[in-house]
Amino acid sequence: MSLILVAEQVLNGLQFGIMLFLMAAGLTLIFGVMGLINLAHGSLYMIGAFCAAAVSAATGSFLLGLVAALAGAAAAGALIELVVIRRLYARDHLDQVLATFALILIFSEGTRWLFGSFPLYLDVPAALSGPVTLPGGIQYPLYRLSLILAGLIVAAGLFWLIARTRIGIQIRAGENDREMIAALGVDIDRLYTFVFALGAALAGLAGALVGAIQSVQVGMGEPVLILAFVVIVIGGIGSIRGALVGALLVGLTDTLGGIFLPELFKLFMAPAAATQTGASLASMAIYILMALVLIWRPTGLYGARA
Amino acid sequence: MKLKTLALGTALAALATGALADIKVGMITTLSGGGAGLGIDVRDGFLLALEMSGAEGIEVVVEDDQQKPDVAVQLADKMVQSEKVDVLTGIIWSNLAMAVVPSVTAQGKFYLSPNAGPSQLAGRGCHPNYFNVSWQNDAFNEAAGAWASENGVEKVFLLAPNYPAGKDMIAGFKRFFDGEITNEAYTQLGATDYAAEIAQIKASDADLVYYFLPGGMGISFMKQYAGSGAEKPVMGPAFSFDQGILGAIGEAALGVKNTAHWSKDLDVPGNAEFVAAFTEKYDRLPSLYAAQGFDTGLLLASAAEKADVSDTDGFRAALKAADFQSVRGAFAFGANQHPIQTIYMREVVKEGDVVTNRIIGTAATEHTDAYGGDCKM
Repeated sequence: MSLILVAEQVLNGLQFGIMLFLMAAGLTLIFGVMGLINLAHGSLYMIGAFCAAAVSAATGSFLLGLVAALAGAAAAGALIELVVIRRLYARDHLDQVLATFALILIFSEGTRWLFGSFPLYLDVPAALSGPVTLPGGIQYPLYRLSLILAGLIVAAGLFWLIARTRIGIQIRAGENDREMIAALGVDIDRLYTFVFALGAALAGLAGALVGAIQSVQVGMGEPVLILAFVVIVIGGIGSIRGALVGALLVGLTDTLGGIFLPELFKLFMAPAAATQTGASLASMAIYILMALVLIWRPTGLYGARA
Repeated sequence: MKLKTLALGTALAALATGALADIKVGMITTLSGGGAGLGIDVRDGFLLALEMSGAEGIEVVVEDDQQKPDVAVQLADKMVQSEKVDVLTGIIWSNLAMAVVPSVTAQGKFYLSPNAGPSQLAGRGCHPNYFNVSWQNDAFNEAAGAWASENGVEKVFLLAPNYPAGKDMIAGFKRFFDGEITNEAYTQLGATDYAAEIAQIKASDADLVYYFLPGGMGISFMKQYAGSGAEKPVMGPAFSFDQGILGAIGEAALGVKNTAHWSKDLDVPGNAEFVAAFTEKYDRLPSLYAAQGFDTGLLLASAAEKADVSDTDGFRAALKAADFQSVRGAFAFGANQHPIQTIYMREVVKEGDVVTNRIIGTAATEHTDAYGGDCKM
């Protein structure tokens, strides 16, 4: 096990974590501000990927595809907020879960109806394809490196938006006391629609970026959604910083666990059994991490004290 | 009086056609989620076969198992108990087949497998009412392992999802490959990111990567592999490179070799007609799953012509005779009711704008599975 391999796996873990952050950030914002559990967040990820695939197939430009993913997911987000989600804020979480689960089915079957059941083609743009050689002789795909960079830029932008702008102040205020900011004359309906569309756009961006190296298909969002929930529970629900730290932790644990646990077991077990045991334990690793964090801090790493 | 006439009329009509009693078929297959392309191809191929063979009196009920074993079990119970089907078919995934097949065959129903051939059901768990029309899981891989040995491959990196079919496929490859296995990596079923495995592949000293990743998993892996700078050649059973996958991978797959019992350019009677009819009706090229669904439909239609499904022994014998023109060419059932068939080596090529497969040689003739000896029927 060479040092280069370890470094490459750390980069893989970071890249995975950053993409999870884009998903988790929207989810945690929506929960923090509106108190809403949005299971349909995975569908917005899928919508982003499909918009990107359809538009870049039609125009031949990956960049236009990304713009379409942002716009399409934000529009879908705003639409479902206005039509469905708005009626759920006052209801309890069970109603929200039921309604947003219904949205998953509607979006999945709607997408299947529009695009068919077979995966769509979406490839990495030519300028970003192929590997680059990093210091230390690590060969790493340029596209994955770009994903890390793009994710960090979006994360920085999001922190700036929350910490330094007027809308950010309103969002933070909304998390603390929604009646009060309504009383102070902030148009709470518009704020909610904006936050929802913002979260949706982030999910759509993640879907489009990841879609280029995975397969763009119906139901691609649900596995990521589960991981995004793990991330926000670890990070503390409602906290953007928690989402970032949680996403990186989950990304690194999952990637490195998958590689090193089988190797670790090989030290004292037969190789075949070690691969089996290691692989099984690795797929549990992030949930074990979540359980440990919750024992240590029941509200998550950066969650508000209950 | 009116009622009597009606009854008489129906009886006469039945006599006139001389038809055997109707057969009700329950098809449980994957029509939603990441594996939907496979189930849809099997379903479309199966229905096309019934239509083209002109078989009458076969009613098909289709349900979506969502690629979930628990859903498949519920559907099977429903089909056996309330729909009262005579024959079940359709399951794509080995883990679902393991959950459904033993219980429905024990209840006296026939099961025809259009895909998925777990080793357990070919050996000790074989059953007189279970017919596998596709392949035993190991088959393509045994042929590939033998081919790799003959063609001077010395060290192989193996990759498959961690579920019954994944383990069978890898075991099959190893059975006939006499070189060295550098790594054997198992990923989660349905995994979409293979960065970690690709890094291991790059760090290993294998000359060939052999992988079984059906459906969306194969698309993700191949795209990521192509962009990673890894240069080791890849090979796999046809499931990693079937028609549904190639459209989404694009040119990154060109030149890849894969083993299969069928290809759309296979020159046997009936195949060109099947490809043309399928393309005409569904507006896409058939995959090997569609070919398997088609053969399953033809097998059922051939048995329905010979025997009444209520005559269990007669119908079983009619199935076992496999008296139909398979789009794979010669086809027969072995003692454990799994296929004896030729397995070809295919290569991914570009025909015009379409990325597809073409046969370049034969990897195994009259291939049969390794588990028949354990089958006591």
